[in-house]
Amino acid sequence: MTEKTDGESLEKAFETWSKGVESKLGKNPERKKAFLNTSDIPIHRLYTPVHTQDLDYLTALGFPGSYPFTRGVQPTMYRGRYWTMRQYAGFGTAEESNKRYKFLLEQGQTGLSVAFDLPTQIGYDSDHEMAMGEVGKVGVAISSLQDMETLFDGIPLDQVSTSMTINSPAAILLAMYLAVAEKQGVSPEQLRGTIQNDILKEYSSRGTYIFPPKPSMRIVTDIFAFCSDKVPQWNSISISGYHIREAGSTAVQEVAFTLANGIAYVEAALQAGLDVDAFGPRISFFFNAHTDFFEEIAKYRAARRLWAKIMKERFKAKDPRSMMIRFHTQTAGCTLTAQQPKNNIVRVAFQALAAVLGGTQSLHTNSMDEALCLPSEEAVQIALRSQQIIAYETGVSDTVDPLGGSYYLEDLTRQIFDRAEAYIKKIDDMGGSAAAIEKGFIQREIQESAYRYQQEIEKGERVVVGLNRFQVQEEKPKNLLRVNPAVRLAQIEKLKKMKSERDQALVNGALAELKRAAEGRDNLMMPILQAVKAYATLGEICDTLREVFGEYRQIDTLGR
Amino acid sequence: MNNQKKIRVLAAKPGLDGHDRGIKVVASALMDAGMEVIYTGLRQTPRQIVEAAFQEDVDVIALSILSGAHDYLFPKVMQLLKEKGADDILVIGGGIIPDEDIPALKACGIAEIFGPGTSTQDIVSFIRANLKK
Repeated sequence: MTEKTDGESLEKAFETWSKGVESKLGKNPERKKAFLNTSDIPIHRLYTPVHTQDLDYLTALGFPGSYPFTRGVQPTMYRGRYWTMRQYAGFGTAEESNKRYKFLLEQGQTGLSVAFDLPTQIGYDSDHEMAMGEVGKVGVAISSLQDMETLFDGIPLDQVSTSMTINSPAAILLAMYLAVAEKQGVSPEQLRGTIQNDILKEYSSRGTYIFPPKPSMRIVTDIFAFCSDKVPQWNSISISGYHIREAGSTAVQEVAFTLANGIAYVEAALQAGLDVDAFGPRISFFFNAHTDFFEEIAKYRAARRLWAKIMKERFKAKDPRSMMIRFHTQTAGCTLTAQQPKNNIVRVAFQALAAVLGGTQSLHTNSMDEALCLPSEEAVQIALRSQQIIAYETGVSDTVDPLGGSYYLEDLTRQIFDRAEAYIKKIDDMGGSAAAIEKGFIQREIQESAYRYQQEIEKGERVVVGLNRFQVQEEKPKNLLRVNPAVRLAQIEKLKKMKSERDQALVNGALAELKRAAEGRDNLMMPILQAVKAYATLGEICDTLREVFGEYRQIDTLGR
Repeated sequence: MNNQKKIRVLAAKPGLDGHDRGIKVVASALMDAGMEVIYTGLRQTPRQIVEAAFQEDVDVIALSILSGAHDYLFPKVMQLLKEKGADDILVIGGGIIPDEDIPALKACGIAEIFGPGTSTQDIVSFIRANLKK
C-alpha cells in the first residue's frame, strides 16, 4: 500500500501543477481572463482537496436528515420517495382549471399547484373595474367559495396536497379551501398543502401586495397561529426566493434576501407570542433553479446549512424539524427564450436536474412556450416528462446528495454560505428585512443585478443560445393558448347570481364581525372563515380589511 | 426636435401585473442613453398613465405588461390619449405579447412592440428615430 499524501505535500504539488499550466497559457490561452458565476464568485481552474481541507465534515456537512442538513433534510431522500412533481397551473374559469388539474393528475403528477389570476391575488372580484383585462389571464379567477367549490370538484382533498400561490389574501383562500374540504367531509387535520403567504417579497419583487407591511405581517402570524393549532400538516408559509431571482437577483442574493425575510417572519411570530417550535416545522421555502448548474446545487445546500444555523443559534429552536429547509423549486422562467423555444426544453431539464441534485422536496418544470404565452397541454406534458425522466431513468436519485464531497461543489457551497451570511448581517444592521425593503435597499440590489445581467447579454459576455449566438430566422409559433375574453363576462354573471341567492344578512354580519376583529387584536382567521362560508366574496372581505388597514403604495427605487 | 432638450420618457406599468424587471432594465438603459425617465410604479390605470404623461410633458410612453392584459389596456391608453389630442407622443410597448396580437396594437397607434430578448439598444435607437415632438 502506498502512503497517503499529507496536506502540505498536496499543496506543494498543486502549486507546481498550477505554475506548469500557467507557464503555457501564453500559447494555449483559456477562453476567458476570469471565470465568474452569477454571484461574481471566481471559479478556479481546478478544485482539489486543498480547497476543502479545512472543511470539517461533521459540522459543515453532517448526515442527511441531521443538522446542519447540508446533504438533505431526510435520511433516505429520493431512495424513499421521489420529490413531488407539482406543475403550477390555472387559467380562465374554475371549470377550465379543474379540467387541467384532472389532466395533470391523470398524467402522474403527484400534487396540485394553483395559479390565481391577478385580481384574485390583489383582492378584487372579477367584476371590479381594476380587474378589466386581467380576469383569468395568469391564473384562475376565484371570487367566492362557489368558484373554489368548482375548482376542486371531484378532487378528493384528503388525497392530494395542494400548493396555492397566494399572498396578501392567503387567509381568505385558505379559508375557502378549508370550507370546500368540510363540504367533502375532510377535516382540517387531514389537509396537506402550502399557501405562499410571503408578503415581504411582494413588496421587493413580485408586486401583489394589498395592505401596508404592519397589518400584513399580522395576517401572516395569525395564519401561523391558526394553522399550528388547527391544520397541523399545512405549510403556513412558503418563503420565496423564486421571485427575487426572477426579478434579477444573483444566487447569493436569492439565499440572503429569502432567509432575511424568513428571519423577519420568525421574529414577528415570536413577538406575537408563538413558540418557535410550534410554527418552525411548518415553514417551507421556494427557490429558483437557474442555469449555472453547480452554483444552483451549491445554493440549495448553502441555504439549508444557513437556515439550520439561524434557527438553532439565533432563535434557539430545539426541534430539528424547525431547522430544516424543506423547499419547492421552479425552473427559471426568466431564462426561457422566445427565440427557438424548443431549446427551452433542454434548459428546463438541466435546471430541474440541478434542483434534484440540490435535494428539492417538490418541483415545477417550466414549459417551453412560457416566454410566448400560457403553456399548452403538450408543452406541460413534456415539462412533466422531463421530471419523470430524471426520476426514473437517470439514476441520480439512487443515492443521497450524489455530488456531496465534490471539491468544487463543497467550496462553492461554503462561498455562497459565507456571502449570504454577510449580506444578512448587513440587512440586520439596517434593522432587518422589512426596514431594508422600506429603504429600497433590497429592490436596488436586485435591480442592479438585473441590469448587469442584461448588459452582459447585450455585450455578448453572457451567451444565450439562440438569442445572442446561434440565431436563426424563424417563424413565430401560432395558435398559442389564449384565455377567452368571455371568461370575465361569465364570471360577472356567476357572481351576480350567487349574490342574489346568498343570505345577505349573514354576509353583512360576518363582514361586520371581521371588521371588529381587524380593528382589535383577535386572530383574523376565524372571522374570515365565517365570512367565506357565508359566501362573502374575496373582494368584499379585502375591502373590509382595506377600510381598517389602508393600502400600500410602492416606493420609487429607480431614481438616480 | 431641439437637440439641447433631453428626451422625456414615461415608463408605465398599466394594470395589475407585478413583473417590473423588464421595465426597470429598459428605464435604466434609457437613462444611460441620456434620456430622462419617469417611472409610474406598478398598478396604474390607463387614465393615471395618460394624466402622468401630460403632467410630465413626455415625448414617449413606454408601456410594459407581462400578464396578458395588453389586449385591453394598451388600446385603452391609446384611446384616452386620442381623446386628449396627444398624437405627438410616441407610444411603445413591451412584454409577453403574442405576435398575432401585434397588428391590432399597431392599428390603434402603438408604434412598436418589443418582446422578450430585445436588446435595450434597439429600443434606444427606435425612440431616437421615431420621436414625434
